Amino acid sequence: MGALAFTTPLLLLALLALPILWWLLRAVPPAPIRRRFPGVALLLGLKDDESQTDTTPWWLLLLRMLAVAAFITGFAGPVLNPNDEVPGDGPLLIVMDASWASARDWPARISRVETALREAGRDGRTAAVVPLTDLPPEGLTFQSADVVLRSLPGLQPAPWVAGPEALEWTSALPDGFETLWISDGLETAEKADLATAFETRGALRIVESGRAVFGLLPATFEDGAINLTALRASGDSDRAVTIAAVGPDPNGNEQTLAEVEAIFAGTETTASARLSLPTELRNRLRRFEIVSQRSAGAVSLTDDALKRREIGLISASEGQEAQDLLSPLHYLRKALSPTADIVETGLLDMILASPDAIILADVATFSEAEAEALQVWVEKGGFLVRFAGPRMAAANLSSNDPLMPVRLRAGGRSVGGAMSWGEPKTLRGFLQDTPFFGLDVPEDVTVTSQVVAQPDPDLAARTVASLADGTPLVTRSDLGEGQVILFHVTANAEWSSLPLSGLFVQMLERLAISTRPAEISAEELSGTTWVLEDAMDGFGQVRRSDTSAGVAGEVIAAKDLGRDLPPGLYAGGDRRLALNVLVTGDTIAPMVWPAGTVVEGIVTAQETPLMGLLLMLALGLLAVDVIASLWVGGRLTGPRTTTAAIVMLALMLPQNATAQSDADSRALAATSEVVLAYVRTGDAQQDRLSEQGLAGLGVSLFRRTSVEPAEPIMVDLETDELSFYPLIYWPVVATQPTPSSDAYAKLNRYLRTGGMILFDTRDAHLGGFGSGTPEGRKLQQLARPLDIPALEPIPDDHVMTRAFYLLQDFPGRHAGRDVWVEAAPADAEQVDGLPFRDLNDGVTPVLIGGNDWASAWARDARGNPLYPVGRGFGGERQRELSIRFGVNLVMHVLTGNYKSDQVHVPALLDRLGN
Amino acid sequence: MSQHDPATTPAQLRHRAETHASAYPALLAEAEHLAATVLLGDHGRRRAGIGDEFWQYRPAEHGDGLRDIDWRRSARSDTHFVRQKEWQAAQSVMLWVDDAQSMAFSGGTDRPTKGHRARVLALALCVLLNKGGERFGLANRGTPPRRGEGQLGRVAGHLMAAASDADYGTVNARVLPAGSRAIFLSDFLGDIDAATLALTQAADRGVKGALVQILDPDEEAFPYDGRTVFQSMSGAVEFETLKAKSLRDAYLDRLAERKFQLAQLCRRTGWQFTTHHTDTAATRAMVWLYQMLEGA
Repeated sequence: MGALAFTTPLLLLALLALPILWWLLRAVPPAPIRRRFPGVALLLGLKDDESQTDTTPWWLLLLRMLAVAAFITGFAGPVLNPNDEVPGDGPLLIVMDASWASARDWPARISRVETALREAGRDGRTAAVVPLTDLPPEGLTFQSADVVLRSLPGLQPAPWVAGPEALEWTSALPDGFETLWISDGLETAEKADLATAFETRGALRIVESGRAVFGLLPATFEDGAINLTALRASGDSDRAVTIAAVGPDPNGNEQTLAEVEAIFAGTETTASARLSLPTELRNRLRRFEIVSQRSAGAVSLTDDALKRREIGLISASEGQEAQDLLSPLHYLRKALSPTADIVETGLLDMILASPDAIILADVATFSEAEAEALQVWVEKGGFLVRFAGPRMAAANLSSNDPLMPVRLRAGGRSVGGAMSWGEPKTLRGFLQDTPFFGLDVPEDVTVTSQVVAQPDPDLAARTVASLADGTPLVTRSDLGEGQVILFHVTANAEWSSLPLSGLFVQMLERLAISTRPAEISAEELSGTTWVLEDAMDGFGQVRRSDTSAGVAGEVIAAKDLGRDLPPGLYAGGDRRLALNVLVTGDTIAPMVWPAGTVVEGIVTAQETPLMGLLLMLALGLLAVDVIASLWVGGRLTGPRTTTAAIVMLALMLPQNATAQSDADSRALAATSEVVLAYVRTGDAQQDRLSEQGLAGLGVSLFRRTSVEPAEPIMVDLETDELSFYPLIYWPVVATQPTPSSDAYAKLNRYLRTGGMILFDTRDAHLGGFGSGTPEGRKLQQLARPLDIPALEPIPDDHVMTRAFYLLQDFPGRHAGRDVWVEAAPADAEQVDGLPFRDLNDGVTPVLIGGNDWASAWARDARGNPLYPVGRGFGGERQRELSIRFGVNLVMHVLTGNYKSDQVHVPALLDRLGN
Repeated sequence: MSQHDPATTPAQLRHRAETHASAYPALLAEAEHLAATVLLGDHGRRRAGIGDEFWQYRPAEHGDGLRDIDWRRSARSDTHFVRQKEWQAAQSVMLWVDDAQSMAFSGGTDRPTKGHRARVLALALCVLLNKGGERFGLANRGTPPRRGEGQLGRVAGHLMAAASDADYGTVNARVLPAGSRAIFLSDFLGDIDAATLALTQAADRGVKGALVQILDPDEEAFPYDGRTVFQSMSGAVEFETLKAKSLRDAYLDRLAERKFQLAQLCRRTGWQFTTHHTDTAATRAMVWLYQMLEGA
């Protein structure tokens, strides 16, 4: 409870008159009732026990006194929490931390700033708002408070924390202003110094929200499970947070794939949880987030580190009895199994499982089907790695094979063996611009046999690694979106000692077959360039970012988040690197301000006038008094009791109590006949217009077609069942409330199960589709959570153009051009000789336009149009067309693509033979 | 227009006569309807005697005249049978229906006045008695007991006639024929001495019967509160209370005492006593009355 003040306190003196009133009321007893009663003969001679009942009972007096007192106090104008802060002097600087930690209650912070600015405006002070994460480069300028107020909506929290540059900035500040610091409550190294800097220039007030700040450290993969660590700034009790793993579902829609709970015990500031996911799910993970914490710190993006790739291994000699160490796949298995999941099965089955990469060890020939499937897979982004071997050397691969990066000479070559000249060859250092650049070449890696490429013109470009004598060791070519890579040696130690060396693992890793076990080291990053792919804002929302410039690997290695390095997912080549707000090892702690600093809560009490409340109370008391007086006087009998009870009930019952009781009758009314429905917008005028419009359309349908709709029904999206209505008219009113998530679930169910919503922005598309006008923006906001398919303007051959009337225009009160329906499938083609394409089945779930159809349809009780459409005869024609559109619409809703089927009739007759 | 105004023109007289006549068939119909619920087929005396209805065959004994033997029945066996008729003895039942002002009271719109209920009960009983072949009459006007539709019409006419001006009615026991039955329908809220006198006089003349006290539920419950002036139906008696509720217990005590007095009186004189409320079905009182007459 805050302070209480009165606008006209003198009126309270009237309260002194209450005792007089008490005395007066007491002196006047209630009048007697005269009653006919045959039993009076038995009453004669009886005496009253109590004689005081000729005065009003004390509690009734009290009731009346209270009512009068409430009236007097009410008219005196009480105000709760009057805003009477002591005005300061001089300019006001509002400093906001504006970091990720303030994102969660950002609206509260902004409204606090607003309050402060309004106050400053009232006091005629100048002001400035400075987010520490986005310091004004040109220094501090104070402006009039209402100018600053206008710039407030543009302020957003940044997904990082202000660094030492803030301290530099303050050093250049002038003297003599008051500072209001909206703090995020987290401790940083500079804050104490900043506070001192501000204090030297004037009074400093600090505003902090008491809400707990949570953070989430990047997930690590360990022993087959994902380790998650949540942080909190402070806390003194057990607290559980839910961490959601988010990623695309098989349809590509982002959703929560798994949830795990982490529990902060007691005063602990860290909580960890383990999450074990199937590889398939784990590879789809995009990020982890603490549920219901809208803050970048509570979101942790995942990158390749979490992905265990699925790699298919195939060797031609599988099934032969061979020793392990001679198996072509043994070294691959050993190198890959710590970091990848290995699939070994038939080639066709393997392609169906769509692994990230397929490694073929000495497989030279494929069946036609296999080759084709493999090629399609690679072209769709598959990564095919082939190792040479005796079979490949023996096969004739000198022709152009898309599954080989180079053409091979038959036979290969052997060097340094017992039957050949020369020494075994060593590897040449890796050239720049190859993926292996920077890897150390061990001296002891030697190659004794290899397959040899035909000297084609582009051989040099395709060579990734070569031997000391210049013959290619690894070649690569692009095929579609994928790649084919050929190691010119075997995958076992038969032809070379490469598989025995650590270089083998590194090369595989560089080829992004194997994934890095932990973080990419700074050395690896140096010299690379990364592009921000998914950017995260301060609220933890992740958005696709296409416009950022590349970032050097050194900058990324420094991990100094800021304007130049926003957190998000960076891509370099085919590797992904996530930069999160919090990195492993970070902690967060609450800010401890120096002693003597004024710290306020973020919520300022709203000024609440109580006058209306008190007057309502007084009237209510008087209503009770009426009934109580009747009761005391013994007049509350018979029908009066019922009336009084009804009045009392009507006073007390909430308005929506009727909703449940007549749900059944509504359902009956809606299902026993065809009923058109419209959405309750809360705007009484629009609701009436919708009803009149649909009623008018109903009359037209009744006269012209066999559809005989009943009276239209208003539906409340929150409470009413929608599935009864074939068509719901939804006029978009800028002021209407956005439905709750339950209502959206209901709407989506309605749309998916064949319902149709006619959105009408009623703005004649003044600003183009769904943009300029308030209704257009509202429509975007309303429709965003809806499950709406791709849309297109009604094509000329849409079934809507011929469901009943032949139409090409769909005017309402406005004759706007574009009316949008579900887009036709991409493969719809017009068959020769038929006037229409064979378009999609079913009914378009939405129809969006802005022609204000209800106004054109609306008729009064005598059937006269209610609202003017156009002028003169042309206007009447437009009204007629709008009614025809309505008829077509209802026909389309009720009959679906029936009229589409009609186009088959001539063809069918033709085929049946005259 | 009060019912007690003398008719000044023929037109008025005609009008009033038609008013009554129109109500009378309704009353009779209601009474017949009520009687029909009681006529369960078990009328008659249930013993052999003089009458029209066949009762039983019994084997002929010595002393039976030849005329008495039913030859048709006897021909079918070796013994002779006598055909006996059911005894049908006519009785005289006198009814007194209180027509004082207090009977015009009804506590609620959903139930009839006490007087209406009394008239319906009385007439229904007459219908029953008529069907049973008994004689009946109305003690109010000294109508001598007779039988037949004509008598039914007369009784109905008398029942519909103007009410008396008195607040509470008194029984006139002198008109009761000796040895007849009598049924008094009233609320018995008036002077108890008058009722006592009438009852003892009747008992002296060998008249047996029943008292039916008809009360409105409001008279039983006294659901009043607050500062109230109670008036009798004619307005002659007034009583003011400041808090009606506090009188409730005293009133109920007095009512119970009144009922007890009446019951005592009946027990002394060999009469029967019941209390009937207008909010219950008339059938209940009807059955009680019928069984009383049957059983005695």
